[in-house]
Amino acid sequence: MLTTISPMHFVVLSAALFAIGLFGAITKKNAITVLICIELMLSAVNINLVAFNMFVTPEAFIGQIFAIFVITVAAAEIGVGLAIMLTIYRNKLSVDLDDFDWMKW
Amino acid sequence: MVEFAMNHTWLVPLLPALSFLIIIFFTRPWPRLSSTVSIAFMLSSFAVATLAAYGVFTDAQFKHEPLVYAIRWFGMEGLNIDVGVLLGPSSAMMIFMVTLVASLIQIYSTGYMKGDPGYSVFFSYLSLFAASMLGLIISSNLLQLFVFWELVGLCSYLLIGFYTHKNSAREAAKKAFITTRIGDFGMLLGMLAIQIIFGTLNLYELGQIMPNFEDYTTAGMMTLIAVLLFIGPIGKSGQFPLHVWLPDAMEGPTPVSALIHAATMVVAGVYLVGRTMFLFVEVESAMYLIAVVGAFTAFFAATIAVTQREIKRILAYSTVSQLGYMMLALGVGSLTASFFHLWTHAFFKALMFLGAGSVLHALHHKADVWDMGGLIKKMPITGWTFVIGGLAIAGIPPFAGFWSKDEILLATFNEGHYLLFTLGAVTAFLTAFYIWRMIFLTFFGEEKPDNHPHESPLSMTIPLIVLAVMATVGGLIGTPMNPHWQEWIFFGESHHIVPNIPIMLVSIALAAAGIGLAYVLYIKDRNKANVKDLAIRFKPVYTLLYNKYYMDEMYLWFNHKVVDGSARMTHLFDIYVVDGIVNGLGAVTKGTGGILRYTQNGKIQSYALVFFLAVLVITILLAFNDTTSMALVLGGVSK
Amino acid sequence: MSFPLLTACLLAPLLAALIIIFLPKDESKLHKIVAVIGTFVSLAISLYVFFAYDKSIGGIQFVERINWIKDLGVTYYMGVDGLSLPMLLLTNLIGFTAVFASWNIPNRTKEFFILLLVLIAGVMGTFITQDLFIFLLFYEVVVIPIYIMVIIWGSSKRVTKEYAGMKLTIYLLIGSAFLLAAVIATFVKATQITGTPDMSFQALAQVNFPEQFQIWMFLLMLIGFGSLLSMFPFHSWSPDGYAGAPTAVSMIHAGVLKKIGGYGLIRFAVYVMPAGAAYWSPLIAVLGVAGCAYAAMGALAQKDLKYIVGYSSVSHMGYVLLGVAALSVVGVNGAVANMFAHGVMAALFFSMIGFIYERTHTRNVSDLGGLARQMPKLAVGFMMAAMASLGLPGLVSFIPEFTIFVGSFERFGLLAVVAIAGIIITALYVLRAGANTLFGTPREKYNHLKDLKGVEMVPLVVLGAVLVIGGLMPSLLFDMVDSGVAPIMSHINEYLPTAVQIGGKY
Repeated sequence: MLTTISPMHFVVLSAALFAIGLFGAITKKNAITVLICIELMLSAVNINLVAFNMFVTPEAFIGQIFAIFVITVAAAEIGVGLAIMLTIYRNKLSVDLDDFDWMKW
Repeated sequence: MVEFAMNHTWLVPLLPALSFLIIIFFTRPWPRLSSTVSIAFMLSSFAVATLAAYGVFTDAQFKHEPLVYAIRWFGMEGLNIDVGVLLGPSSAMMIFMVTLVASLIQIYSTGYMKGDPGYSVFFSYLSLFAASMLGLIISSNLLQLFVFWELVGLCSYLLIGFYTHKNSAREAAKKAFITTRIGDFGMLLGMLAIQIIFGTLNLYELGQIMPNFEDYTTAGMMTLIAVLLFIGPIGKSGQFPLHVWLPDAMEGPTPVSALIHAATMVVAGVYLVGRTMFLFVEVESAMYLIAVVGAFTAFFAATIAVTQREIKRILAYSTVSQLGYMMLALGVGSLTASFFHLWTHAFFKALMFLGAGSVLHALHHKADVWDMGGLIKKMPITGWTFVIGGLAIAGIPPFAGFWSKDEILLATFNEGHYLLFTLGAVTAFLTAFYIWRMIFLTFFGEEKPDNHPHESPLSMTIPLIVLAVMATVGGLIGTPMNPHWQEWIFFGESHHIVPNIPIMLVSIALAAAGIGLAYVLYIKDRNKANVKDLAIRFKPVYTLLYNKYYMDEMYLWFNHKVVDGSARMTHLFDIYVVDGIVNGLGAVTKGTGGILRYTQNGKIQSYALVFFLAVLVITILLAFNDTTSMALVLGGVSK
Repeated sequence: MSFPLLTACLLAPLLAALIIIFLPKDESKLHKIVAVIGTFVSLAISLYVFFAYDKSIGGIQFVERINWIKDLGVTYYMGVDGLSLPMLLLTNLIGFTAVFASWNIPNRTKEFFILLLVLIAGVMGTFITQDLFIFLLFYEVVVIPIYIMVIIWGSSKRVTKEYAGMKLTIYLLIGSAFLLAAVIATFVKATQITGTPDMSFQALAQVNFPEQFQIWMFLLMLIGFGSLLSMFPFHSWSPDGYAGAPTAVSMIHAGVLKKIGGYGLIRFAVYVMPAGAAYWSPLIAVLGVAGCAYAAMGALAQKDLKYIVGYSSVSHMGYVLLGVAALSVVGVNGAVANMFAHGVMAALFFSMIGFIYERTHTRNVSDLGGLARQMPKLAVGFMMAAMASLGLPGLVSFIPEFTIFVGSFERFGLLAVVAIAGIIITALYVLRAGANTLFGTPREKYNHLKDLKGVEMVPLVVLGAVLVIGGLMPSLLFDMVDSGVAPIMSHINEYLPTAVQIGGKY
């Protein structure tokens, strides 16, 4: 049975991706994993942006432009995030997020 | 000249005001120069006042229509106040009297205050006082009058407290100011009501309006206004129950007592009632109140004076008592008699105060009359002028006080206030008694060995002589044979009071009896055994009178317990309740923060979880509420 | 456009502050001289403007208007009328004398005078702008220097200076928070109604706001301006704050900063929200009277001179509120004039107390006494301020008080009587303070103290002269105030339940 890809497919895919990312970001103890999960969530957003662009304003590329922005920012963010992790690891010899609570009250 | 003086009557207060400024800013370091400036300006003011008074009393048109001129002071929609001059017979009489007495007292002060470190300042205050008092007299507007009314109060404050290093002077000055302030409060309320109801405070205009007050307001309101306005004079003129400040005011230098607390300032209240007579005559009950307050004050103060020992205190209570007479006269509707007594009283009371000052000067401020005696031999001028004053106040003809007091008693009798008349007559007897008690104790009898009195210098005795002359002949312008006074100074219509010979005789007899009793008790009885015996036999009465009916104690109790107590309560309320709420709010904020900070556990993932859950909750809430824009967005997608 | 006088007036102290920044730290004499010059220029300009203002024309004059934020309708709109001119003059009189009153500041003169000048400029800005946004801006500018000055140069007595500074600041900020809400709501609503954004007071006053809206907005403004004006029960910052603050800050705060509350209440709240004013005026009157009586009683119980004056200023602001509540030309004229009068007298009072404190190191009444013998000039200044405080005729504060009484007595009757009775209590505590400080037996330990001399005389001479001139010639002040107030109050009668008229009411 051949069906066209409806908006619903995109939404379900991106929601699933986002949920996986969110779950990982909240539960994983390893900082690197958390960073990867955040990337997943950003990808979910990107899918939404591109897909809705196709359905809402096919003649313009607003969504695509946004997606490129998100990818750029995500790359920068990962760069900064990994750098911070590296520094912390050198000092603490750990990438476990549970160890990083020295900013509490 | 006369024309000029009448059209420039404002010079009368302005000249002493200038002398105040000159002394304060320029001549203060040179005492002699300061007093010369002050006296020169005062005398020129006296000259202008005399000319203006001459102009008024030689032109019959002023009997009914005063000379009025004014300029705008400030104004706005609904409140316009002008300042100016209202020159009629009574104000002409007053400026003449005040400038004369003030000049004499300034001359006297050059002797009395000699060598005082505050000599220049004293004269500047005297000048300021003269300026304010004269301004009060010629005011054409009630607010203007009030301004000067307060300024004379200020001068009185400054002069009572002139010896700033004395605690008693400080307290007396404060007491005088605050007690009169209570009166001013009432007066201010009355003025406000007048302004609001009648739309003007101009005395002349009010005089025209008042007979038709029904067009503006009700009789009840008029009564209220009259009573409120009368509170001012109660304070200023030392009427019961606000008389307590006046005896204490004797802490000031004696010339001040003579000028301010006998001759001029304290009669301002009488003058005010006289000036606003048009209002009071419309309200019978207010008039009756004035008469009762006056008569009671006269009697009340006379009883206190009988037992007092300090020479100036006796005179102070006598002043209160005489002011009561003036009020009584006003209350029975006789402006003529009241102002006549004001006029004669100014001379004989100033005379007696200055005489007392002369005595104190000679005895180095030993004030108790029981420590004096036989002074008349060493101080003949002081002594004999004082005796003239004593005859005048006691009411012995032909001295000034007789004619005016008789006029008051007669007016009271004719109005049918027999009770008040009796009170007045008894007071006349008491007056003669306590004044002559003082005179006998001070000037006659045995000399006390440790006193070394000497007659005062000429600068002090000359004013005494001038005042003695005035106290002798000052009343002759208003005798039944020669009723000039009655023709000029009156309210409404001048009516010739037919002399009532029986009342005159009663009055003389009472005065003579009073003097006689004093003679018997204090001169014939050399050891004063009878007096001491009386004091012991009537000890409760004596103690009550000697302690002035404990009025001061009552006020002190009220002030310290009630006023200060509630002040302390307010303070505590402010600190613990109002501030407590403020600080409490601060503490609650701080405490809440202290609890809430534990939610910050430093774990980034728990923050993220809370963040996500919150977004979820908000989204769901908005999605189910289909009036919001979020619902529109979600709905738009689901379509 | 002619020479921008008002901007020059505003910039003079700021420029002086800028110069002081570049001066060496220990040249304290130089700091003072620059500060004097800066404030003097402002004073001279404001005097010129005061007398050059054409009262017969009225309205806003000396206008400077430059667009700033177009979308919000914000313009740099400077201009003065009869309402703001007395306040401008007052600010500069007090600013000028405050510099002399802080002549003997012991440490950090550079920072002190920079902050003082910024403070003066900030206060001035609120009075000369006709734009709501700029008004709010300057109002916030003022808060910062006040806090720093109290914390660094203040004095700790009953409460610590840190507490005092914090209390002062937080109260001001809470007031401004309420105000900000009201301002934003008003602006948004006005833009909805008219379609064109405009933040100037005049434009906002033209808008017909719905009555219910006005009532709510007025309440917010009343809380905002009221806490600035130390309206009962939001007054408790005032005594503590003044007691903790250094002399110059007390002078400026009690003298003018507080008046921003009253000024704003008339200029903004009453002018823009007349229906709200009419609705809430009985409440204002009650709070005003409560403030009068309550603070007067509070002052009676105080021992510290600064607390006495602090409470007395709360009490006097009660009169101002009462005058505003009368909502008649007479009452509001009196309120504005009384703000001027109280400013001058409070500044003189605080400067004299400052001098006493500098010399004796105590402000406790029972430790003082007989100072009139040792320091006669200081005593004269103190007594003048005291007498003005109790409303002695012949000094500047009597006629304003009288005018307030006329205005409020005819509208509120008995309620006003309570406030008028305050004059007795005022006399009681003022004279008590004066008597116990200045008179009585002189104390030997103060014999060596020196009287005011040199530049220390400036506050006494300048403020004392204003006290007397304003008292003898009230029309100087009142004609000016009247020209500003009359247009603001011209429409208020439509909103009052019964038209207030002089005469024939009873």
